[in-house]
Amino acid sequence: MGAVGPVRATQTVRNNAVTLELDSGLALSALRYMILTREVEDRIEKKLYRQGKIVGGVYVGRGQEAIAVGAGLAAEPDDILFPCHRDLGLYFMRGVLPRQVFAQYMGRVGGLTRGKDGNMHMGDLNLKIVAIISAIGAAIPVAAGAALSLKYKGLPHATFVFFGDGATSRGDWHEGVNMAAVLKLPLVLICNNNMYAYSTPLEKQMACQNVADRGPAYGIPSEIVDGNDVFAVCQAVRRAREHACSGQGPYLIECKTFRMTGHAAHDAGLYVPKHLWEEWAKKDPIERLERLMRTRGWADQAEIDQVYKDVRNEVDEAIDWAEHSPYPDPAELLDNVYGPEG
Amino acid sequence: MQTTYLEAIRQGIWEEMERDPNVFLLGQDIGVFGGAFKITAGMLEEFGERRVIDTPLAESGIVGAAIGASMFGLRAVAEMQFSDFISCAFDQVVNFAAKCRYRWGAAIPMVIRAPSGGGNRGGPFHSQNPEAWFVHVPGLKVLTPATAYDAKGLIKSAIRDNDPVIFLEHKGLYRRIKEDLPEEEYTVPIGRARVFRSGEHLSIITYGAMVYVANDAANQLAKEGISVEIVDLRTVLPIDEETILASVRKTSKAILLHEDVLTGGLGGEIAARIAERAFEYLDGPLLRIAAPDTPIPFSPPLEDAFLPKVSGVVEKARWLCRY
Ligand SMILES: Cc1ncc(C[n+]2csc(CCOP(=O)(O)OP(=O)(O)O)c2C)c(N)n1
Repeated sequence: MGAVGPVRATQTVRNNAVTLELDSGLALSALRYMILTREVEDRIEKKLYRQGKIVGGVYVGRGQEAIAVGAGLAAEPDDILFPCHRDLGLYFMRGVLPRQVFAQYMGRVGGLTRGKDGNMHMGDLNLKIVAIISAIGAAIPVAAGAALSLKYKGLPHATFVFFGDGATSRGDWHEGVNMAAVLKLPLVLICNNNMYAYSTPLEKQMACQNVADRGPAYGIPSEIVDGNDVFAVCQAVRRAREHACSGQGPYLIECKTFRMTGHAAHDAGLYVPKHLWEEWAKKDPIERLERLMRTRGWADQAEIDQVYKDVRNEVDEAIDWAEHSPYPDPAELLDNVYGPEG
Repeated sequence: MQTTYLEAIRQGIWEEMERDPNVFLLGQDIGVFGGAFKITAGMLEEFGERRVIDTPLAESGIVGAAIGASMFGLRAVAEMQFSDFISCAFDQVVNFAAKCRYRWGAAIPMVIRAPSGGGNRGGPFHSQNPEAWFVHVPGLKVLTPATAYDAKGLIKSAIRDNDPVIFLEHKGLYRRIKEDLPEEEYTVPIGRARVFRSGEHLSIITYGAMVYVANDAANQLAKEGISVEIVDLRTVLPIDEETILASVRKTSKAILLHEDVLTGGLGGEIAARIAERAFEYLDGPLLRIAAPDTPIPFSPPLEDAFLPKVSGVVEKARWLCRY
């Protein structure tokens, strides 16, 4: 098992139509991306950040890996992705390399933005991944516009936009969802409801029970899914994608999950009650997938251990590469404010 | 046949829609109704619902969608019903559209058309001149045409441009200004001012509707033997410093005139640039003429008192000439 490259599992999913046939290949692919995501983020948050090698803040998706990876498995290569700040797995599935991510976090030219922006604020139009818009919720209307471009050109693809529960309080969220619903745009809305927005718990965020409750208000279907079950997420996103691509407009998926960290590396999350940490530790999406794989006989422990080993080796090399990537030349400061012609 | 400023914009958009199938329009009431000011009248019938999109009442949604579509191969022309309401989309413009190319190399070839300006008794929410909000944002281009010729040529250039453009159409000029336009196709380059009127004794640097206030003042002053040069900026970001400096080096005196309020307005920025690069040519202080630092009032005597007037320009010009 070599370096983790762009995802290929989408073919498997397609061959098996909408109901996903689980098999060892798909499970192994999902496991690798989830472990890779966690390993990269653990190194950034628990090692490099504390060693002072990271520039700026660190926000990770620990405990939420199944959402990005599950959705990534359901995405076709030409679907447009708008990840949020806890969806690193999507980048790897589209072919971004761990070393580029480390360089990005260190402000080096080897990062996706060459040091013009930091941490998970990165994207690549060639990979159809749109760089995170820092203003929470602002991505939803923009994603609606990206979906509009697909419909305008008559392309059979969808746009996936990811966001947290907090984002659904922003006016932009509502404007974007309503616009997409009215114009029947192929937009898949994927919420990671991790019960907190920074320190703000759900009951201070919204007066309804579920984010999915918002769907009917816009005349769009919505469903709730176990966000820690990578295959459940994948199947829900497949359904949503089918709906969106068939001209029926957007579809809202609420993935119930838990943020197994503070909001960011500087935040220990002391405001989260102890019992939640304990309950959700038992639902860790990676351990859960490993259990499933062992039960089904898709992999034995030795094979799973091998995945960890390979990922760690790849990550070691990636960090080394990133640390050798130079800082940008200050002369680049003035570049690319405008296009070459103006 | 003479073409109005309004019709000139309409023609420019129409021609670009015909020329490039990826150009599309979105905004409130622009399709069936043809837009609050009728700029897009007839376009739905000609180009269809796919390309002329009536949207919900949601400025941030409209601008966000325009950005997203423009990122993936289209050229969106979004209409704000009044430029005042662009503030509802401010974040999308300044925090996202303007920074995309710089952050991660994504071009946003989008135009936001925004009817601006006072004189129509529109009051505090339908009369503002928002250019200074956006001139402070690197990555944007901000256009302020004064003539029908420039309005048409600049809207065409804006639609072809690969960066986000804010196109400020002065409502007071829509039907008041008309001229013969060339039969053949033309564009006007973004980022270039032009000398609207050539003169010897002092320069008035201005843009938008104030070009005509400056011109009326220049006509009066001419009778007193004072020869005024008027520089019409046409684009306020990026600013055409060379044309401004060339004029000031020639006349040695300058008035910076705008309809926007004084504090933080473009006049201060232009004055600073002249002071930095043409100080030794100056024979008098740089004078700003602008609206006072108040919201734009509604009642006619109040709004008239708010807007810079010909008499005020004449008076300051005389004073500066004697200096
Ligand atoms: C408009 C805006 N306000 C505030 C912030 C600061 N901020 C960054 S992430 C965050 C919490 C987001 O919560 P949620 O949308 O639930 O996503 P989560 O972090 O839980 O995944 C806040 C308040 C921001 N980035 N944008």
